[in-house]
Amino acid sequence: MGIFDYFRQPKKGSAGVAKERLQIIVARERAARSGPDYLPAMQQELLQVIRKYVEVDDDAVQMNVDREGDCEVLELNITLPDHEESRG
Amino acid sequence: MARIVVVTSGKGGVGKTTTSAAIATGLALRGHRTAVIDFDVGLRNLDLIMGCERRVVYDFVNVINGDANLKQALIRDKRVDNLHILPASQTRDKDALTEDGVERVLGEMAEEFDYIVCDSPAGIERGALMAAYHADEAIVVTNPEVSSVRDSDRILGILASKTRQVEQGGDPIPGRLLLTRYSPERVERGEMLSIEDVGEILAIDLLGVIPESQAVLNASNAGQPVVMDMESDAGQAYDDAVARFLGESRPLRFVDAPKRGLFGRLFGG
Repeated sequence: MGIFDYFRQPKKGSAGVAKERLQIIVARERAARSGPDYLPAMQQELLQVIRKYVEVDDDAVQMNVDREGDCEVLELNITLPDHEESRG
Repeated sequence: MARIVVVTSGKGGVGKTTTSAAIATGLALRGHRTAVIDFDVGLRNLDLIMGCERRVVYDFVNVINGDANLKQALIRDKRVDNLHILPASQTRDKDALTEDGVERVLGEMAEEFDYIVCDSPAGIERGALMAAYHADEAIVVTNPEVSSVRDSDRILGILASKTRQVEQGGDPIPGRLLLTRYSPERVERGEMLSIEDVGEILAIDLLGVIPESQAVLNASNAGQPVVMDMESDAGQAYDDAVARFLGESRPLRFVDAPKRGLFGRLFGG
């Protein structure tokens, strides 16, 4: 840091980006680990079924298993494209 | 009965072998009968870091196969009493470490030592799983860098389910974080993940922080565990980690950037 930089706003370093990216990927991978073994296969099959009707991305189907008390809640999130075209 | 400690990380090149050598040497220097085992079949390196590469006659796989007994294969350290090294085999046979064989050898060693330090290979293949399976506790070596932190989290997931203790219905083994190659200056500039950042993501207890240091390369060049270089920052940081490992409480050192005066801040690099 030289004399001119000293008067500038300190710019945000790359460590903040690193932390953010890590928090997201680690949370995602932990969720995948803790879920039932059939989850990835079910996710793939759901994706195939949806693709019979709508063209969607590979990551369009997100699944998450949460525990609430003795209840397991399967959360299913399907992202459709902005202008879906039915293939009929 | 010995306490078995696995030094692991998932990612390669983060300092597992340096750490295994330093922790084992530190334990032996405190009078504990200690053995350190290289589990990296095919890529033996602990012998070099410990400076005993020319004294290797038999290895871990020879003992498992019954080609040699434990006494013949264990190398007694010439500098530190109570310290023994069991080198890895250079065989290319991936299945050389059999489950029964590893269990038998560790069982035999457990009678003679207070601590057995298992230097895990990188990755999550057989060697790494074998090194972790019998452990009573884990030291997870991590660099403050995205791929290393992610791999450490993956290893923590494996440690939570794939140890003998868990398979026998016990609790997951305790694992502690050793953050290595830490640069306080870069953290202060916002260019490197901080101790707090990594701690928040991995959510495990901190065993120690080893600063990025020339002393580590000097130690490996010389084949002398860095903990023996007590003049150096890294040597002292490893000594602190060993003390904490044994239950002592010691404050963290070498984790703050040196304060610079106004002159330094204006003209410094």
